[in-house]
Amino acid sequence: MTRVRFVQRDGSEKCVELDRDVSVMLAAVRNGVSGIDGECGGCLDCATCHVYVDATQASSVLPPSDEELELLSAVSGERRPNSRLSCQLKSLAAIDELVVYVPETQS
Amino acid sequence: MSGLLIIGASYAGVQAALTARDAGYSQPITMVCDEDWLPYQRPPLSKDFLLGRTSEQNLVLRDNAFFENKQIELVLGHRAVGLDLGTRRVTLERGNDLAFDQLVFATGSRARRIAIPGADLDGVCYLRSASDAIELKARLAAAAEIVIVGGGFIGLEVAASAAKLGKKATVVEASSRLLERAVSPIVSDFLLDTHLQAGVDIRLNEVVASFEGASPRVTGVVLDSGVNIRADLVLVGIGGIANDELARTAGLNCTNGIVVDEHGRSAMPDIFAAGDCANHFNRFCESWIRLESVQNAQDQAKAAGLAIAGSQGPYESVPRFWSDQYDVKLQIVGLAGKYDRKAVRGSVDAGKFSVFYYRDDRLVAVDSINRPGDQMAARRLIARGVSPSPEQAEDPSFDLKSLVTGGDKAGVLPPDL
Repeated sequence: MTRVRFVQRDGSEKCVELDRDVSVMLAAVRNGVSGIDGECGGCLDCATCHVYVDATQASSVLPPSDEELELLSAVSGERRPNSRLSCQLKSLAAIDELVVYVPETQS
Repeated sequence: MSGLLIIGASYAGVQAALTARDAGYSQPITMVCDEDWLPYQRPPLSKDFLLGRTSEQNLVLRDNAFFENKQIELVLGHRAVGLDLGTRRVTLERGNDLAFDQLVFATGSRARRIAIPGADLDGVCYLRSASDAIELKARLAAAAEIVIVGGGFIGLEVAASAAKLGKKATVVEASSRLLERAVSPIVSDFLLDTHLQAGVDIRLNEVVASFEGASPRVTGVVLDSGVNIRADLVLVGIGGIANDELARTAGLNCTNGIVVDEHGRSAMPDIFAAGDCANHFNRFCESWIRLESVQNAQDQAKAAGLAIAGSQGPYESVPRFWSDQYDVKLQIVGLAGKYDRKAVRGSVDAGKFSVFYYRDDRLVAVDSINRPGDQMAARRLIARGVSPSPEQAEDPSFDLKSLVTGGDKAGVLPPDL
């Protein structure tokens, strides 16, 4: 089972197990990870689940769709090359541990 | 110590509890909810859930581990029926009274019922809760012809889902256009075309007079105009009503919801309300308003949670809404209200455009159809009070983001940055 390590801006961390068919966003919300809102539930409407995927792992996950990229174009937190919407990060069976960094703000 | 008591365990209730706890509130937190379900996601109910693309299990928003981890006691299946502000106790329909030091109303809203002949017939449904959605999904599977009363968000989303499932769907709307209170005519017309192309019958300027049935089942819908539409299922989506009766009866100031300040606080210092059941002064629409949206529920509850923990972080988010119908993504930021100028960016014909609304030369709202990039930029523009000129808004080569540059500084950086 894939584990996701969420790193907050103050350096604090929280690890959660990622069930099959559950996105990184939903795992964060269900486990009360601060700084990830996920208002729309994962239908690419709200862009409140922005994270930075660890740069060494950015190519290990499926690349963003055009729609995701358009939402990422003006996210509230700083946009970086490894910015992702965590609702789109799922089916990560090939990864033992995914490390994601939580941005300063979601909206 | 009695601690914090929260009535309601959907987006607002859970967020208030979580924020208070994370902000250092150390007293007991108890949540009571009249539903039997763990807190669940509501937006998919009218869309992916009806279509069978997501399961009941996947709707769960917060599970038992969350409540244990955050030391929040969740009491499901209990309705709060009484409140004594003097003794600070809430009475449950079954079981004991609960004492509190601070109280949050997160009681939400309920579907407005239609009061016409035949309204009690079997097959006249509403959609608000997971139970409603489970029932509607089962009935929709067995139905051939569904009539939807109301061309608002719920009605149109259900119409799109029904059409996708191959059902004959008819929407009856009393006003002259769809989503009249939420969007401008240009967006209403676009959505009308989209639904017509999908085979949905739309009857504008029509009022439903009665439902007919071969008791107990509904068999048809009669309009004021005399038209009779066959139906083996009816979905009524004519708006919501704040669940503020408990607060009102206890003596709190309620006017279309529980009246609260920017911290979600009522006139009584330890009594708060957030989400669909609360009415607040919104500086972006310059009026008192009760909003029904996930964003409003969560952001207002964060403000309340912070205040309860003795911290500060007033609610001042720009209102946001969205709706997915077929492959159309409608996103709304701000409240257009009485706008005096609008500008269109993109192409209506291509199904990708945004409408920028201005009042006194100030950008107050933007509706986007399949233009999420515009919408994201617009959120930041409106939040910061920055208005592109209508000419800039209409010019697709003009970078809206350039008006709101200046980033947020990061703390812990990923290794390579």
